[in-house]
Amino acid sequence: MINKNLVIIGGGPAGLAAAKSAYDAGERDIVILERQSELGGILNQCIHNGFGLHTFKEELTGPEYAQRYIVEVQKRNIEYKLDTTVLSISNDKIVTAVNEADGLIKYAAKAIIVACGCRERPRGGINVAGSRCAGIFSAGTAQKLINIDGYMPGKEVVILGSGDIGLIMARRMTFEGAKVKAVVELMPYSSGLNRNIVQCLKDFDIPLLFSHTVVDIKGEGRVSSVVIAQVDERLNPIMSTAQEIKCDTLLLSIGLVPEKELAEKAGVKVSPITGGAIVDESMMTSVEGIFECGNVLHVHDLVDFVSKESEDAGASAAKYIKDGAKSEAKVSIVGADGVRYVVPHYLSKTASLDKLQLKMRVANVFKNKRLVAVLDGEEILSKKKQIVTPGEMESIILTAEQIKKIQSGEKLTLCLKD
Amino acid sequence: MKELICICCPMGCHLQVDDSDKKNIIVTGNTCPRGAKYAKDEVTCPKRVVTSVAAVDGGEINMVSVKTSDSIPKDKMFDALKLLDNISVPAPVEIGQVIVKDVLGLGVDFVATKSVSKQR
Ligand SMILES: Cc1cc2nc3c(=O)[nH]c(=O)nc-3n(C[C@H](O)[C@H](O)[C@H](O)COP(=O)(O)OP(=O)(O)OC[C@H]3O[C@@H](n4cnc5c(N)ncnc54)[C@H](O)[C@@H]3O)c2cc1C
Ligand code: SF4
Repeated sequence: MINKNLVIIGGGPAGLAAAKSAYDAGERDIVILERQSELGGILNQCIHNGFGLHTFKEELTGPEYAQRYIVEVQKRNIEYKLDTTVLSISNDKIVTAVNEADGLIKYAAKAIIVACGCRERPRGGINVAGSRCAGIFSAGTAQKLINIDGYMPGKEVVILGSGDIGLIMARRMTFEGAKVKAVVELMPYSSGLNRNIVQCLKDFDIPLLFSHTVVDIKGEGRVSSVVIAQVDERLNPIMSTAQEIKCDTLLLSIGLVPEKELAEKAGVKVSPITGGAIVDESMMTSVEGIFECGNVLHVHDLVDFVSKESEDAGASAAKYIKDGAKSEAKVSIVGADGVRYVVPHYLSKTASLDKLQLKMRVANVFKNKRLVAVLDGEEILSKKKQIVTPGEMESIILTAEQIKKIQSGEKLTLCLKD
Repeated sequence: MKELICICCPMGCHLQVDDSDKKNIIVTGNTCPRGAKYAKDEVTCPKRVVTSVAAVDGGEINMVSVKTSDSIPKDKMFDALKLLDNISVPAPVEIGQVIVKDVLGLGVDFVATKSVSKQR
């Protein structure tokens, strides 16, 4: 058993930012455990640009953004172990990991930051009938094959799902000489960014079919075609609209799910909406000393927000190691009327903060609404919104004064009003 | 008359651009001035930063990610990408290293966006 003040699980942007800020808050006894053979997380395969506009005021590619944080970690001589997979954590903060060089390693930690990101929803996550043939990939797997391994998964492609990963992959496959025949989206809107629809589809005349889905996959051995159809308002396929598209590859970009299992097994309470932990303003979960941040907490679309949130988690963990936790009363923060969830879920009544960012997602596309914060029935804050969409995270930054006021209440509700 | 979607913010305004007079391009449908600027650039000279990968010889991983050091005209993207097809960069590769110099004579390079060390 190795004693360690702070064990960070995951060396992606969340783990790196958390390590840097825990160090800067005075903590020196830190280790980052990463199961891949390099630091940087999912950013290593996101070779497109558009990262870091908020943090660095320039457009970086994924690997470049990661590198900025890797350098910070190396400058501080923070210990990290690669090719090391965490198998379990317990509620008394024992971390069990394994790698080839050391075999099984056990750490007795004072605090743990879970920063292990999310994974793609696999084919089982949707209901597509049809043959189980080769040529069906998740979009992220295809991204890794092309960008890291240099292997092209197919030539004629249909993509199901118009989230950012699906859109980015449509362009990427086109750049590598494939013909992307269509991007098929179940909903009447895309959860991806507009700029990606324009730069990844319109630039190459790739059709984007809203309110459509894949109803059948044909092929023996390898995909030879997919059948798509329009869906009605209840998202049921209208079979009379079915059409067959010849292709050898189907990419699935049907959403991400947090890697919640590690924390859940340690007794951490998980939100059924985000799939990540329920946390307070310090990013501490329901188990004292276990923190969560980044995509494992809730799926982010901008890595800048991941870094910021994780810096907060790192600093809080360092403070917790030094001062311990005070069990204290908390204000609960919830979403309602169009707001699906808000993170953090709680605010401690005695925490002294100069600002606090509340992050949330809406349930649908809404135009000309107000994003309103209601404290025990009283409207305390309102922000005009020309448009909100489920694809873009909304946020409100509370001032010290507003935080004090909220701390005097019991329940803060975020909702959309006319 | 051209139809565009503004990509500068999530509103995604549908813009109509009248560029029959190149000296006086008229943009309508925009909610704010950023939309007009975007549309004018887009119809006069649309440019993009191009990102892709190049093969690495003897590296820890097979491919190194690259980008154009500045944006290039949209219609040159595929010609630029062809330059990456048959090259093999010897490891180690340093982030920022020039992979293809002066792409198509545009005064822009393909540079590495990550470091790749030698195979262990
Ligand atoms: C295809 C794609 C395109 C994107 N495009 C953009 C964009 O254009 N702009 C933008 O700002 N953002 C973009 N993002 C979002 C951004 O990349 C993510 O929000 C960010 O990478 C999340 O960081 P993270 O550290 O939480 O997770 P990750 O980057 O996933 O890192 C988690 C790390 O934890 C490790 N890990 C997991 N489990 C274990 C374990 N048990 N033991 C040890 N290690 C473990 C993983 O190996 C991984 O390295 C994109 C994301 C994707 C997937
Ligand atoms: S015109 Fe203005 S408001 Fe409309 S999408 Fe562009 S930047 Fe946004």
